[in-house]
Amino acid sequence: MNTVDALGRSCPEPVLLTRRALSASPDALCVLVDNPAAKENVTRLAMSMGYRVDVAQKDNVYTLELTR
Amino acid sequence: MDTSDDAAVYRLTEDMALIQTVDFFPPMVDDPYTFGQIAACNALSDVYAMGGKPKLAMNLLCFPSALLSPAHIQAILAGGADKVTEAGALLCGGHTIEDKEPKYGLCVSGLVHPAHILTNAGARPGDILILTKPLGSGILSTAAKAELASAEEYAALIACMTTLNAGGAAAMQGLSVHACTDVTGFGLIGHASEMADGSGVSLKLRAADLPLLPGALSYAAMGIVPGGAYRNREHFGDGAVFAQDVSLSLSDVCFDPQTSGGLLISIAPDDADKLMAALETACPEARVIGKVVPRECARITVV
Repeated sequence: MNTVDALGRSCPEPVLLTRRALSASPDALCVLVDNPAAKENVTRLAMSMGYRVDVAQKDNVYTLELTR
Repeated sequence: MDTSDDAAVYRLTEDMALIQTVDFFPPMVDDPYTFGQIAACNALSDVYAMGGKPKLAMNLLCFPSALLSPAHIQAILAGGADKVTEAGALLCGGHTIEDKEPKYGLCVSGLVHPAHILTNAGARPGDILILTKPLGSGILSTAAKAELASAEEYAALIACMTTLNAGGAAAMQGLSVHACTDVTGFGLIGHASEMADGSGVSLKLRAADLPLLPGALSYAAMGIVPGGAYRNREHFGDGAVFAQDVSLSLSDVCFDPQTSGGLLISIAPDDADKLMAALETACPEARVIGKVVPRECARITVV
């Protein structure tokens, strides 16, 4: 699974990076973000595109697995 | 009593009170003249929301001289000056300091008859709620920053943010307005919550009747939502109940922080039609968005 490292990035950057990565690898993607707004926004994007989103949190880092 | 209004009011004589307010922020658009206009509209708005007329304004400007040219600075100030003139107030100097990030705004003084001061604390059960501008300026500004917004969407956003609340304020004159506030950084739900708490009532809003900027819902669904909207949801979300069929995107728009947003007006039901008629020209996007009810558990209900 490809990974998007959006750590340290604030909105709307994580969403834009995720959008770009999904067009290159549309089946599954892992996205790393480090703020709640980015977690929510990437989740909204993925849901609107029909992906399932699994979120794991460790300290300040959220790992989002996007699958379909 | 502090009910979270944005301006201070000081009674000068029996028939005159001074309204004093200040507001400034960093740019949300690239064009310096447009930024100046938006910042001025936003700063002047607090006077209109309290039922007053702006009289004097002074600039507050912070800028990095290494990054901004004198032409940039002149354009920001020209945008502000043009809106102050449009408001019928006098711009009389101000203060400038060097800063890492540019910021601009105004300190504004206005006058109001003490008997006609409007606050967010007078809403009464039975009142009709009217919002004078469309929602979604935070989301659309974020979409514009991401270079996703179309030319039409961007034009609608700029038109909204550079419209003075003067027209809305003038339309309220002589009508039985019980409470008023401007919808800014706390978003519709935040400012509505303050009105509900200040007035000891609850507000019922109709999702289908909320005026929205073009693109606001689709960008919210795409996750183009500013961080401030999530902070507003965290702070005010507990007191707001959304019906199950209200989409997550629409609730995001309800929490979206607004720049130079419209007036939220609570008016006696007999005068609501008169106000809507008076708003037709100055605020064509004004809508009746709900009503005031006796205090319930939820401050705000959106159905």
